[in-house]
Amino acid sequence: MALETVRVQRVRTSAFRWEWLLLVLIAGTFFVNSRISPHFLRYTSLMSALSVFLEAGFMVLSMVFILVAGDIDVSVASIVALASVLMSLSYKAGLPMGLAMLVALGVGTGCGYLNGLLISRIPNLSAIIVTLAGFSLYRGIAYILLGDRAVGGFPSWYSYLAWGDIGGTGIPFILVAFLACALVYGLVLHRTSFGRKVFAIGTNRIAAVFSGIPVARIRHTLFTLNGLMAGVAAIFLTSKLGSSRPNVATGYELEVIAIAVLGGASPSGGKGSIAGACLALVLMRLLRYGMGLRNVPGQVMMVIIGIVLICVVMFPNLLAARKRRPAGS
Amino acid sequence: MLAMESKRGFLRFASGVRGLREFGIIVFILVLSVLIGIRNPRFLTWGNIHDMLVDTAALLVVAVGMMLVLVTGGIDLSAESVLALTGMVTGIIIKDHPYLSPLLMLVFGLCFGGLLGSITGLVVSRGRVLPIIATLSMMYIYRGITFIVSKGEWIDAHEMPESFKALATGRVLGFSNLIVIALVVYVVFYYFTAHTRTGREIYAVGSNLEAARIIGINTAFITWLVYMISGALSGLGGVMWVARYASAQNDTAAGFVLTVVAACVLGGVSISGGAGTIPGVLLGSITIGIINNALPMIRVSPFWKMALQGIIILVAALVNVAVARNIERTQLRKREELRMVRYGA
Repeated sequence: MALETVRVQRVRTSAFRWEWLLLVLIAGTFFVNSRISPHFLRYTSLMSALSVFLEAGFMVLSMVFILVAGDIDVSVASIVALASVLMSLSYKAGLPMGLAMLVALGVGTGCGYLNGLLISRIPNLSAIIVTLAGFSLYRGIAYILLGDRAVGGFPSWYSYLAWGDIGGTGIPFILVAFLACALVYGLVLHRTSFGRKVFAIGTNRIAAVFSGIPVARIRHTLFTLNGLMAGVAAIFLTSKLGSSRPNVATGYELEVIAIAVLGGASPSGGKGSIAGACLALVLMRLLRYGMGLRNVPGQVMMVIIGIVLICVVMFPNLLAARKRRPAGS
Repeated sequence: MLAMESKRGFLRFASGVRGLREFGIIVFILVLSVLIGIRNPRFLTWGNIHDMLVDTAALLVVAVGMMLVLVTGGIDLSAESVLALTGMVTGIIIKDHPYLSPLLMLVFGLCFGGLLGSITGLVVSRGRVLPIIATLSMMYIYRGITFIVSKGEWIDAHEMPESFKALATGRVLGFSNLIVIALVVYVVFYYFTAHTRTGREIYAVGSNLEAARIIGINTAFITWLVYMISGALSGLGGVMWVARYASAQNDTAAGFVLTVVAACVLGGVSISGGAGTIPGVLLGSITIGIINNALPMIRVSPFWKMALQGIIILVAALVNVAVARNIERTQLRKREELRMVRYGA
């Protein structure tokens, strides 16, 4: 009992340090950005900088759960594409927009359910291969349905989801929706027994099975949840773009995983926090925004984000290796 | 004595199952070919089969490197970007120095790709970054660098000298050079994986990392080595690709890594490590090549390709898992029988 408390505390404090580090980085980026451009500190541009990539932020929340449980899902971006395409097609087929949005949620959940079913119920089938197949399959179906066409022409109120703000305060609707979602996810991960079980699965899956945790059911739930969030992301992304194509959200899976990892989640499981992921999301946005101010091309940003991701994962490992060496000799 | 016999029996059975799997792919290839041939007789002509092999040559080469990485339990998603970057750099060099020998460019591709791969290998082996994270990042880094070195432009057929394009059009004994290159790679790596100490150590690392470390295998070196080889072969594939299509583009081979993984998994390579053979990868790649070549011939829209690939990966992975479980179960039964014989029931 006492041992367990100590354990939990140690995990918390180390997560705390990580989040402080992120805060310092955010402050640094903030400072540099405001030196680069005088417009950066304006309320409206700040709000838009924060809300630009938020549709993917919804997937970051559920990705943290998946990483904490020691799994990975590289199919999310493809699920977004399929959900977006099917939503637009069902709207074109005469469904009211509200129902079409439900279609997107349903498609996302369905894809996630399928991923989870295969991964959790068939032993030795790894999440990497299943979601890699999903990566190809889901976007492939979107291509079969739509080819290289685009579908648009949604009702005008639909664009409010991504572009509107709450009653003239200038606070974007999507930001509020995201914060509400993040609060729920944070409470579930850090304050419920379900969340503790997810951590237990990621720390030691076999031990989790033997302590009576329904591992297969929880992993299945997590992948389904991730699909649902991809559906949510599809709704917001399509609203932002005003039309949908099979190639929307290309490369989002890297960005989503990168943000979750930057936020302190370990892909080998057992580590991660929602607060860290949210801070990492802000940091990534500010970085991108700042680079945008300096006209850094998208490809260079790709390189920088890749390097940042590798360094973030490698740094603690190298430190640990250095610490271990003198102790071992 | 009895134990020996039983062990030998098991080995025979296990290799039988493995042989059965390769036999299964061969049957699948034959049935597929006949079915496509019925729809479009032109498919079974020698000219088309040769073209199909030329188109598959780069896949064949890259898949060997991917197999080695998969055998250690990793995955190399950066292979396609290494291919694109090496192809682009090769294109730029050959554009500025058209007098260079194509053979030299092949060697350059191997070395340059090997360099890129060894960086990835260091990140995985020394930096202890999970392969999927490390190679996903490297995939984006190398792709970004491709855009940077090319300044967003591509290199056309007319900017390349004839001697370089002859790499793909030239023939040895009636076979395209590209097929010959792929063949050499397969012979070398068949020998490497089946008959050298280092080659066998790769399997040991993939089967049980801890055990491999304890018996004295330098696991960090082996891990680095497979990523280096995967990079080198992807680089070679890049030069072959650029010669074949006579153009180097920024989005060369985007999404190609899925095809490579599909070929490996189809060839019986286990994604969790420890299992995979060179003949299996050869057959898996050829199957993918046939499907890619046949789709337009039986008038299936190219938009089907991506979804089809996903289904192939999924089904092949399911078959692999079922085969592995079958072997395990047989192993267990044999062990039980042995114990009963020894100690009585």
